[in-house]
Amino acid sequence: MVVVIAAVLGYPIYSLVRLSLQEYGLFQLVSHHGIYVGLQNFSSVLHDPIFWHTLLRTVVFTAANVGLTMVGGTLIALLLLRISTWVRVLLTTGLILVWSMPPVVGVQVWSWLTSSQNGVLNYILTELHIGNYFEHDWYATPFSQLAMSATLIVWGALPFVVITVYAALSQVPHELVEAAQIDGARSWRVFKDVTMPVIKPILLILTSLSILWDFGVFTQVYLLIGQGHITPDNYVMGVYVYEEGFALHDFGRGAAISLLMLVIVAAMSVVYVRKMVRIGEVE
Amino acid sequence: MTHRTLRRAGWNTLGLAVFAVMVFPVFWMISSAFKPTDELNSVTPTWFSGSPTLGHFRVALHTQYFWTDVKNSLIVVAATVAISVVLAFLAAIALAKYRFTGRKLFIVLVIGIQMLPAVGLLIPLYVLLAKYGQVNKLTGVILVYLTTALPFSVWTLRGFLLGIPKDLEEAAMVDGSTRFGAFVRILLPLVAPGLVATSVFTFITVWNEFVFANVLLSEPNQTITVWLANFTGGSIGGVDWGAVMAASTLIAIPVVIFFLLVQRRIAFGLTTGAVKA
Repeated sequence: MVVVIAAVLGYPIYSLVRLSLQEYGLFQLVSHHGIYVGLQNFSSVLHDPIFWHTLLRTVVFTAANVGLTMVGGTLIALLLLRISTWVRVLLTTGLILVWSMPPVVGVQVWSWLTSSQNGVLNYILTELHIGNYFEHDWYATPFSQLAMSATLIVWGALPFVVITVYAALSQVPHELVEAAQIDGARSWRVFKDVTMPVIKPILLILTSLSILWDFGVFTQVYLLIGQGHITPDNYVMGVYVYEEGFALHDFGRGAAISLLMLVIVAAMSVVYVRKMVRIGEVE
Repeated sequence: MTHRTLRRAGWNTLGLAVFAVMVFPVFWMISSAFKPTDELNSVTPTWFSGSPTLGHFRVALHTQYFWTDVKNSLIVVAATVAISVVLAFLAAIALAKYRFTGRKLFIVLVIGIQMLPAVGLLIPLYVLLAKYGQVNKLTGVILVYLTTALPFSVWTLRGFLLGIPKDLEEAAMVDGSTRFGAFVRILLPLVAPGLVATSVFTFITVWNEFVFANVLLSEPNQTITVWLANFTGGSIGGVDWGAVMAASTLIAIPVVIFFLLVQRRIAFGLTTGAVKA
């Protein structure tokens, strides 16, 4: 059984490595035989400025998303500690509702909210006198397109972080916090020296999980920007792999990009996997 | 005292503001789904419709392939859940109860695969399925979903099994029960909540999945999530947002219901890896 499952999980990786060393286009897809070309796909990708630009853009995009999600999530979790029970129940219920929204539904809702024709975001911003956003097009520049995608991703990711951090915060011994307060420690000091050490492990896991998810994001970015508006200027890694591999039917090169992407992700996930394996070994 | 009350009121206001911002998109989806088209197209939006209509839902339900794709999604979900629960349960028993060579490698594989972005595995799986004539077939998609559903299920069930003392099983066997009898009467009832949790989680992931279904399937074999992604309400040129929001609401409902059932399990399963409730 274990062997079967290991094979099911391991085979795609093996197949990916093999494909990345082959020329594999539509013709090869029909004949089922790739042509071995050695490292040619890799050298082609690594010499392609689009790869490096996309990588850099994805790193910045991921950093922004993860930063916003983690800082925002921790702040909201801390807020949950300070509010009355009825507000807390209301807010947690709302967060769970948001958490349960399917990503594609989120995309459709975002498209409608940010629509330049009668989108409610433009109306609200104009009414609040933040500026004149009448018929403002949120998808006019790559920056704006990705910023909108980021808001959608962060919105979808916040509930999980808030609820998990809140659960961790409830592990912080109450007496310790009170003792620190009696000793005259200010809230920032209490957070840094009492709360932080307790929730640090969970923050670490959440951060690495968020990095992994946001680095490989595809659906939200691809659908929100819209198939027809995807260009190398707004590629993130997930979209890049898809466009190079599928839209151009160059599966060998696509596999090389996938593999590079997976290696980067694997390197980033070392912290998380090691922690998980340690949990697995201890028990 | 008043100072404290005031401060509490301030925090509460902030909490309500966060609630409003977070929930607004969901509220707007539902409220738009019921608004007549002239209200949707008005420059000044209405928050609640004065004359709610079910017309948009009718448009969505009568759009081509809606029911076909719902049926496809249900088939894929049912098959993936059934197969992955059985396989994952057996693998989890192996992981939790027995030590074997390569155990550590297996754990790394299970967690590692889970972390890899789906889009990175799209190409090898596509080529593999093309080789065996499984592109544009529901069976092909089910196979792909199994590779993604299994790791999480194995890992979560393993956590459940670890919470069950080995003595219980042994006691049953000492009392004359067979190994299989002990399994059915002792192990299965204890691990049942775990089986429910992983099944629901698999249901949600498969129902929501877009990347693979989009590439592997085309109408009339598509799933409802991809249908929604391509749905514009059928009006020529523009988008009929009322119909799109109505369809979005309908497609989100099953997920929301099931999600509420297992939300706790998912949160802990993802972070601690071991569900030891």
